[in-house]
Amino acid sequence: MIILSEIMTATQIEQNDPNDVMVELRNVNKWYGDFHVLKNINLKVSKGERIIICGPSGCGKSTLIRCMNRLEEHQEGDIIVSGITLDDDLKHIDTVRRDIGMVFQQFNLFPHLTVMENCCLAPIWVQKQPRKEAEATAMKYLERVQIADQAQKFPGQLSGGQQQRVAIARSLCMNPSIMLFDEPTSALDPEMIKEVLDVMIDLAREGMTMLCVTHEMGFAKTVANRVLFMDAGEIIEENEPNEFFDNPQSDRTKLFLSQIL
Amino acid sequence: MAVLITSPSPSLPPPASSVGVVGWLRANLFSSVLNSVFSLIGLFIIYKTVPAAINWAFIQADWVGTTRDACTSDGACWVFVGVRINQFLFGFYPPSEYWRVVTAFSLIGILVAWLLVERTPKKGLVGIFTIFCYPVIAYFLFYGGAFGLPAVETHKWGGLMLTLILATTGMFFSFPIGIILALGRRSSMPVAKSISVVFIEFWRGVPLITVLFMSSVMLPMFIPENMQIDKLLRAMIGIIFFQSAYMAEVVRGGLQAIPKGQYEAAEALGLSYWKSMFFIILPQALKMVIPGIVNTFIALFKDTTLVLIIGLFDLLAVVQAAFADPKWLGFSVEGYVFVASVYWVSCFSMSRYSQYLEKKLNTGHAR
Ligand SMILES: Nc1ncnc2c1ncn2[C@@H]1O[C@H](COP(=O)(O)OP(=O)(O)O)[C@@H](O)[C@H]1O
Ligand SMILES: [Mg+2]
Repeated sequence: MIILSEIMTATQIEQNDPNDVMVELRNVNKWYGDFHVLKNINLKVSKGERIIICGPSGCGKSTLIRCMNRLEEHQEGDIIVSGITLDDDLKHIDTVRRDIGMVFQQFNLFPHLTVMENCCLAPIWVQKQPRKEAEATAMKYLERVQIADQAQKFPGQLSGGQQQRVAIARSLCMNPSIMLFDEPTSALDPEMIKEVLDVMIDLAREGMTMLCVTHEMGFAKTVANRVLFMDAGEIIEENEPNEFFDNPQSDRTKLFLSQIL
Repeated sequence: MAVLITSPSPSLPPPASSVGVVGWLRANLFSSVLNSVFSLIGLFIIYKTVPAAINWAFIQADWVGTTRDACTSDGACWVFVGVRINQFLFGFYPPSEYWRVVTAFSLIGILVAWLLVERTPKKGLVGIFTIFCYPVIAYFLFYGGAFGLPAVETHKWGGLMLTLILATTGMFFSFPIGIILALGRRSSMPVAKSISVVFIEFWRGVPLITVLFMSSVMLPMFIPENMQIDKLLRAMIGIIFFQSAYMAEVVRGGLQAIPKGQYEAAEALGLSYWKSMFFIILPQALKMVIPGIVNTFIALFKDTTLVLIIGLFDLLAVVQAAFADPKWLGFSVEGYVFVASVYWVSCFSMSRYSQYLEKKLNTGHAR
């Protein structure tokens, strides 16, 4: 695996400063009503790290990453993103959201706006960029995800894979330092998965800090520094990807891997 | 045995019986015995009524003249409407000031056309002018009392002019109020939510007639003599609140149909509540409920006739009053047909425009 070794060396170069923590979770607990969905989660993500989160359906993966930009509220523990503690202060939430991009399973593009408008809306109205500048940035990222020629189309006119690439570009337009992906390829037809993963691999190569919920093991092996395995709201196992897949420690991990591979 | 097709099959024309007039008739009117029976009954009814109606309204009708002596043929006598058309249009507005009403309506007509027709320049500017400047201009044109325009008291307003004023102010103000109420009702803030719910449920729970009665009879009893508000204004406010409650429920239906992912994507991008509502949620929600919005507009347009019970002379009331003219007894059918046609043309145009709008705004997204 040539790509893998490239990335591994790149990783080592980037991981120069262990104090450069982008996301930190300390003893985070969350309940939905009586249901204890996140149990004592501890996690540190350094700058440039690429973390894959996997685990059986309903184990709390989405909830975990959605807590990081306050789409969900946690009840106990601390979540610190780029040095800002997520609490009830709306300013903190705002600041964190500007710094974190998120890509959803269902794309969630705005169907009444063109691809270009989807990309420019937040830069113009949240970051107060001049329209010209926002459009130039959007074009740059649309080119990067190879969809610039569709800029004037509406999302409904694009294929699933194209829509997801637009969604990635839309997040990048806010110039985030962290990207969250929640099963970005799960809603795609098989032949479109690769085009999206390629974009994500590209991002990883450029040193983006990424947290990605996915079951794409090939992708995990290619880009991840660490794989987290969750079950029933807990992080059960955490390892470097090759080790994780070839030599799983817990029985639950082994069972899970046997089911998806 | 394996099958391999080496060249594409040619596309053949469809069989003759499925296209053209015959094909259409067969598919749509005579596809089964029951369908054929209904088609024949329908054709028979049309044959019996439509020619007779056309005959009455157009062919055998009287069009010119100034007195009822002109009504010589068997059909409708439109002379009645012609003679009184000014009153039907303007009520008791002084004829020397008609130009003000005409100017006000022409102006809004031009502005609205400007906004609705595609590819006219400076839509934003025209929109702002329409929303913020036009109401002021219209007020001074209709009511006057400034800029050398003599004041025309509202009890002189009437006819189609009054109907249009009531309907347009009703639509103009109920739309934003309804949106705010709908957002309030879905808000997580208890105060905003309860105010909206109480307001909506109160106004939806009372008939418009009651609202109008209360505004014209009961309200004056609670307000000191020297602070009396104009009767028309009170009726307008009643209509606006009543209409806002309905509008709110229509808009709420649209808001509820927006997938949660849209809210989440907006939040994740850091858009504030109001920005995400304005740019993301409302455009989609309103588009979805265009038929409902137009439906309430049409209902409002027709409901304005109820103001006749509090002594305001809208189109219907003015026409009905004309029936009492001893010189023109016996022409109520013409009067009612005239009123009905004015309402029908207005409402049908709104309905068609809404269909056009739905098509135009369809960006081809499948959810
Ligand atoms: N809004 C909610 N209210 C109540 N329960 C929820 C809610 N969202 C998710 N859950 C539950 O929390 C658990 C974790 O959900 P989620 O984080 O979406 O799982 P995953 O992404 O790992 O499949 C699931 O059992 C789900 O049913
Ligand atoms: Mg999930």
